[in-house]
Amino acid sequence: MPARGDHRRMTTTVPRPRASGSLRRRLWRLAETVTTPVLPGDYLDLVAPLRAGTDLRGRILAVRAETPDAATLLIRPGRGWRPHVPGQYVRLGVDVDGVRQWRAYSVTSRPGRHPEPISVTVKAIEDGVVSNHLVRRVRPGTIVQLDQAQGDFVLPDPSPARVLFLTAGSGITPVAGMLRSGVLAGSDVVLVHSAPTAADVVFGAELRHLAERGAIRLVERHTNVEGLLDVAELDVLVPDHLDRQTWACGPVGLLDAAEAHWSARGYAQRLHTERFRPTIITAGDGGTVTFTRSSVTVTAGGATPLLDAGENAGVLMPSGCRMGICFGCVLPLRQGAVRDLRNGELTTALPGDGVRVQTCVSAAAGPCELEI
Amino acid sequence: MTVIQKKATNPIAHLSAEDIETLGEELDAIRQRVIDSRGERDAAYIRKVISTQRKLEISSRVVLLFSLFPPAWIVGTAGLAVAKILENMEIGHNVLHGQWDWMRDPKIHSTSWEWDHATPAEQWKQSHNELHHRYTNVVGKDNDLGYGIMRVDEDQPWHPAYLGQPFYNFVNACFFEYGVAAYDLDLGTNLKEGRHKHPEFRAKLRAAGRKIRRQVLKDYVIHPLLSGPSFFHTMAATFTANLIRNLWSHSVIMCGHFPEGVETFEKTSIDGETRGEWYLRQMLGSANISGSRLMHIMTGNLSFQIEHHLFPDLPSNRYQEIAPEVRALFDRYGLKYVTGSLPRQVFSAWWKVIRLAFPNRRQPATPAVDDQPTPVLVAA
Repeated sequence: MPARGDHRRMTTTVPRPRASGSLRRRLWRLAETVTTPVLPGDYLDLVAPLRAGTDLRGRILAVRAETPDAATLLIRPGRGWRPHVPGQYVRLGVDVDGVRQWRAYSVTSRPGRHPEPISVTVKAIEDGVVSNHLVRRVRPGTIVQLDQAQGDFVLPDPSPARVLFLTAGSGITPVAGMLRSGVLAGSDVVLVHSAPTAADVVFGAELRHLAERGAIRLVERHTNVEGLLDVAELDVLVPDHLDRQTWACGPVGLLDAAEAHWSARGYAQRLHTERFRPTIITAGDGGTVTFTRSSVTVTAGGATPLLDAGENAGVLMPSGCRMGICFGCVLPLRQGAVRDLRNGELTTALPGDGVRVQTCVSAAAGPCELEI
Repeated sequence: MTVIQKKATNPIAHLSAEDIETLGEELDAIRQRVIDSRGERDAAYIRKVISTQRKLEISSRVVLLFSLFPPAWIVGTAGLAVAKILENMEIGHNVLHGQWDWMRDPKIHSTSWEWDHATPAEQWKQSHNELHHRYTNVVGKDNDLGYGIMRVDEDQPWHPAYLGQPFYNFVNACFFEYGVAAYDLDLGTNLKEGRHKHPEFRAKLRAAGRKIRRQVLKDYVIHPLLSGPSFFHTMAATFTANLIRNLWSHSVIMCGHFPEGVETFEKTSIDGETRGEWYLRQMLGSANISGSRLMHIMTGNLSFQIEHHLFPDLPSNRYQEIAPEVRALFDRYGLKYVTGSLPRQVFSAWWKVIRLAFPNRRQPATPAVDDQPTPVLVAA
């Protein structure tokens, strides 16, 4: 402990420039001793959730309707935000009904730094817990959790001279990010986009404007009238499509068909796809349980607590009351589905969701991975 | 109080095994209704309490930097005491019960929370959540019955050492957080049985030592140092705030299981206990405190001890809402819902501590209801 005099000197003397880093560290450590058991940051977060050095968050500045079921969120990212590469997505942690849910959305704005806002465009899908919340209920001012942008659905540098974008529905969003960034200026760009009707085309007006200006050639496919696009039609719609570097984003069916089409003609390396559909977790009765850090995998029945399954396989499981009241056995569920043995409630998780479960009252409901 | 199994009139004799299971199902249904309706309102509640507590704590500590001035001392000490009480009772205790785990917020989670208390969260969770909540009021299993230093049940054998228990209880109340830390370490038993060299015990001891060092450094060294000329005044202020918090939480916790009317259970009675029987034991083994909304928040809603013991992992703000339903079940099943005002329950618990410092006066066949205490004995 510094003596009282030392302490005074430390706080009042003007530091020499070289010592400033270390002084700052010492002050921070001092602050930690005052705020223990929490961190100084836990106090600062109350007033400055977007400051540097804290978990990355963003504040929703505005929600703009794009189509009847899609909206663009304008988000001011925290100081720690690193500019994205056009085409990348950002993971958004949103509290829906009090529960934190994580989803990935393409960034549709031009790359920038705090305080410049980023935008994502969300299409409400049927029964979508998060998408409906974001499109219809979320209010400006809400703080959301963010991750740094990621993903390799991006253009090379320099951009190719001839490009085809093949998109459908909300698959337009990463492409919109690329088009807006300006990196394609001078390239020959064709966009083939499918949506149920003209009104459902996300960024419809903007895309048509780009086409009028001659910046892109736009082929709109309104599937309610013209039916789903058969990828073979590209031979007619874009005769030189195989000569182009192609980026495709949309429903699984479209991507599978595109991959088959390009491979069959021997041009698979020219097609880049982005699969946005989350991994579908199908719940069953029992399943394989993997204890990731112990590298143990066992098959467990739908009535066997994960705790028992782990212990029987020799995993050193934390445990307590074994009746669901003490929370001494809680472990991260990396991914998969488990069922609460008390009320049958299902919990599903994907990597990054941050879901933790009580292993003594949960059973496998399909393949699942526990971090231990 | 005598274990329920030895009582002349058993308060659950009128219930059949079937009744008890039906009762369990009704309680499960109440639990499920709360789980189904948990949401934004509850999340907003706990975040609001946490943010209020942090603002109150930081501003009280800032005010105490000038504690040389008496008004600043009084305001700062009062604020800090309230902040510490909120932090321990409505926030810490409940977060560590996993009541807010469902929000999936890694910052408000039973696995990551640490509290402003001498005992490390990890050790407290084990002794409190796992042992006390599982073995509630089972004599010989639930060490919360007298914390291993007191005799609070006729069925605990008397020993002359218990003559001093009113005094131990008062000292324990003043330094309650350290009492809890020692209790979580099971210090008495571990030392007596010569386990002090066991690596596991030593690791726990080191963890508790680190935690206590940090807590003491904050309250009695760093904060006073930052106060400069107010050094000693701030030290006295943090000591007073800790003392108030200790006395308050000790009182609330005594009211949970010690007042007259609360039942205890024999060790063998829980062999093969069903879910319904476990619920029933929680119902009979806990006591509530009546009072205002503010009082409930300051007790961490442990004033709804019965509801808390039935559903230790439901959000604390919901206990008050389900209390009428729970009480209706007590009435319907002919069970006694023990409740009373804070002074009355504190008095009742203290009276038991004093009464049982002495050997049993009569054989347990006569219930002790006529033991009306004399008012001069009212403590704190």
